[in-house]
Amino acid sequence: MSPIAAGLLLQLTLAAVAVTIALLVAPTWRSRAVGLTSAALAAVGLATGLVAMTGATGTLTIPVVLPMDALTLSPDRLGGLFMAVVSAVGLIVSLFGMSSARRGPEGSRTAWAAMPVFLVGMQLVPAAADSVSFLLAWEIMTLGSTVLLLADHAARASVSSAGIWYSAMSQLSFFFILAGFAVLAGATGGTSFTAMATVEPGSLAANLAFVLFVLGFGGKAELVPLHVWVPRVLPEAPSHVSAAMSGAMVKIGVYGALVVCVRLLPEAPAWWGIMIMVLGGASALYGILQASVSSDLKVLLAYSTTENMGLVFLGLGASMLLRSYDATAAADTALVAALLLAVSHAAFKATLFLGAGAVIHATGERNLDRLGGLGRRMPWTAAAFGVGAMGAAALPITSGFVAEWMLLQSLIHGGRLNGEVVSVAASVAMPLAVAVIALTAGLALMTFVKAYGIAFLARPRSPEAADAREVPLLMRLALALGALMVLALGLLPGPISEAVLATVASSGTGAAAGSAETAVAAIGVSGVALPGIGAVLDPLLLTVLAALVGVPVLIAIVLSAAKHPARTNDLPWGGGGSRARPRMQYTATSYAEPLVRVFDDVLKPTRDVQVTHVGESRYLVERVQVEQKVTDVFETRFYRPMLNLLQRFGIIVRHVANGSIHRYLTYSFTALLIVLIVVSL
Amino acid sequence: MTVQDLNWPAVVIALVQVVLFVVISPLLVGLIRQVRARIEGRRGAGILQPWRDLRKLLGKEPVRAVDSSWMLRVGPVALVVSSLLLCVLLPLVGALSLDFLPSDLFVIVSVMLIGVVALALVGLDGGTAFGGMGSSRHMTVAALVEPTLLLSVYALSIPAGTSTLSLIVGTRLDSPGVIISPVSVLALVALSIAIMAETGRLPIDNPGTHLEVTMLHEAMTLEASGRDLAWLELGSWLKLAALLGLVGNLAFPWGVVTEFSVLGVLIGAAAITVKVLLLGVLLSVGEVFLAKVRLFQVPELLAGSFALAFLAVTASYLVA
Repeated sequence: MSPIAAGLLLQLTLAAVAVTIALLVAPTWRSRAVGLTSAALAAVGLATGLVAMTGATGTLTIPVVLPMDALTLSPDRLGGLFMAVVSAVGLIVSLFGMSSARRGPEGSRTAWAAMPVFLVGMQLVPAAADSVSFLLAWEIMTLGSTVLLLADHAARASVSSAGIWYSAMSQLSFFFILAGFAVLAGATGGTSFTAMATVEPGSLAANLAFVLFVLGFGGKAELVPLHVWVPRVLPEAPSHVSAAMSGAMVKIGVYGALVVCVRLLPEAPAWWGIMIMVLGGASALYGILQASVSSDLKVLLAYSTTENMGLVFLGLGASMLLRSYDATAAADTALVAALLLAVSHAAFKATLFLGAGAVIHATGERNLDRLGGLGRRMPWTAAAFGVGAMGAAALPITSGFVAEWMLLQSLIHGGRLNGEVVSVAASVAMPLAVAVIALTAGLALMTFVKAYGIAFLARPRSPEAADAREVPLLMRLALALGALMVLALGLLPGPISEAVLATVASSGTGAAAGSAETAVAAIGVSGVALPGIGAVLDPLLLTVLAALVGVPVLIAIVLSAAKHPARTNDLPWGGGGSRARPRMQYTATSYAEPLVRVFDDVLKPTRDVQVTHVGESRYLVERVQVEQKVTDVFETRFYRPMLNLLQRFGIIVRHVANGSIHRYLTYSFTALLIVLIVVSL
Repeated sequence: MTVQDLNWPAVVIALVQVVLFVVISPLLVGLIRQVRARIEGRRGAGILQPWRDLRKLLGKEPVRAVDSSWMLRVGPVALVVSSLLLCVLLPLVGALSLDFLPSDLFVIVSVMLIGVVALALVGLDGGTAFGGMGSSRHMTVAALVEPTLLLSVYALSIPAGTSTLSLIVGTRLDSPGVIISPVSVLALVALSIAIMAETGRLPIDNPGTHLEVTMLHEAMTLEASGRDLAWLELGSWLKLAALLGLVGNLAFPWGVVTEFSVLGVLIGAAAITVKVLLLGVLLSVGEVFLAKVRLFQVPELLAGSFALAFLAVTASYLVA
């Protein structure tokens, strides 16, 4: 048995063991026992994924009694990459959960039994080599995550509502994916990926399947307008589960899209690329806009996930568009950039969600307007969250920066090939994409300055925040691991992007393979070069340079500090306002207020101002109450009307099915009659 | 990598740039203030006043509120380091690149953003209303400026076929016709507006204001004192000088060193000093005639400059 097959088998076994432990072990030991087994499951997944990334192959065949082909699990290099990514996230999430989900509904038997199911589902989707096992693993993943989401449904009504949205949207995604596979299977007569890849490029089946797949995988990857579940589900799930969903599960949606674009339907016409770019660009802008005006820490992170996935799809779409015009170097770079974005998003978003979990654990609050001053009280959490936030804001020496840099490089070099303009479409699409990324990056910067600055700096805005204590060791360990991953991916882009490139180059058939070998190259200590484009980046050297220019500054500080030590004052100066109380600080809501005004037309906020005047004079104000609500435009303008329509339809249909047995017998008789008539024709 | 592998001329030029800009950036700010004072009929404090301010601030004890965190100490240093990095990376005295660290446009913008973020966090850390207000407005402007900033340099990069600024400057030096092409003029105008916004000049922010409600940059530095304030000030001045130097070299690339020689470096240093100071005088004269626009009209201004930049990019693809 090959190492990969052994690894896959071990994952299945460990998952079964973990579920058994969850059901049998006493509550005091449950979180530790199941958490450890889940961590082992994730570690095996990580190892298997890494082995598969090196190019080793292995197949695990599971015979089934149903009249169809056996289920085949055989990860290729691309699958190995995604298996490694979701497993790495699963590992730190399990560690965090061991400590955070110890008691209460989050630590219940059902919740802990669902955890390994969720993890193994995610780890096996990238291993699937045929559509049936793909869909099976996909559903296992969805099932596990739904149960985990519902952990706290008894206490909070918002959780059940989130559960309904999640199930509905997941099933919608599943339906589209199933339909896509069905179209391809019908056209080619096989259910394995290799058989499906033989579909005629440009045929109706290929186009139809592509659109279905984009809808299906786009829904899982939180693209606009299929993202409506995100701002409900990710905030309501327990934090370590949100970390796994946003860090890992969403990547499975990206993996699905990649399988379609690289393996199944590699010969893409230009309009496919444009369609994905438009979807991705809209998601990126809308997601970050909503995130930047949100005052709820977890809603903010949830919307930022939509933004990041939008950027991934923007890169993927640009790659397809450029490849259809034979701008191969830029196309390959864009593809690698999209993958790097996905990998780095897994690292920083998992860290950020776990950081939010630590904040909630310490204060019970996720409303930024009631936080503040946590940096002094929870230094470990603050540091890890800070690193994650830098990654999300794409600042240098983090993973997000490298990925975004590579994407921008591919875009600005995509408009021309050997000095000639590629096409009008590309020369309009590329600048627009650069502008979208720039605006997204700018707003992301603001969003994460707000998230970090309001929560961790300044003075506490509530007693809960003032009494916060640092979280236990295990949670700190998980946070530190996440932050280290963000930094490692950012400091060593050369080897990592070469490895990532190797995964797509080998998985691809046709155009994606071959020339792709030279799109990125490692240079220097750990830097990355884009030979086809002529750009170089070495974050490690940049850090060294920053340290060098920092030396004189530090010397000046030491000299000055020796003579004039700092003095601490009880109160900030506050422009002379000596009674500056913590309530007078800017909050998250006020921080984003200018932005809400600027993007008034897109966000459509509802504002309610109530002024209570003093009895004697209406010039004196006793109380002012301001309420501002920013809702999701897609939900209120698109989904609500549709749901209302469905409901009205349901009410009408109720007359048809009124519970009378006679009426039902009549229906069956009529149906039988119709069938007989049709058959006899 | 060994010592011999280093591209020594580039290293020397980088060193010269840093030292030169640390020396001239306070002078630039002093000159801007002095010219403005003279036009307004005041006597002014003299060109050397910023230098005297720096010396004074470095020799004072910083006063920090009890609730402020390490950010108040580290943020100013981060800002000054990011500005110093700008001086190393931008093609100012010479258009030679460090081997593994070319003056890549996107890297430079990100390095600059580190300073922007550090300043915004320092503003929040004080825990006062003014600091938060300044920080919020500063980040809003920074977010809206970014598309213009990237697109305008994207437009400039198309004729050169690279996003490395030193190569772009080199191309303009070789074929000066590019500089007065409509595309380049559009892009430079857009870039200049973006830089005005980035560095907190009129009409986006009033650097001379002392009315808290209208402040952007100044509001964030209210809680800083002593050496903290000194680093914040020096960092902002360095950024202004370096970006003016970039505009100067893009619009008028002559004098930039492309082949290393001692005389060349001296000429290059003199040339960039003259360019930066001249642009400073222009800026100052311009600012006398400008009023600060309302905060909520800034987006319109930026949208206008974005339109210029976008036009420049598409035009250079489709026309050229």
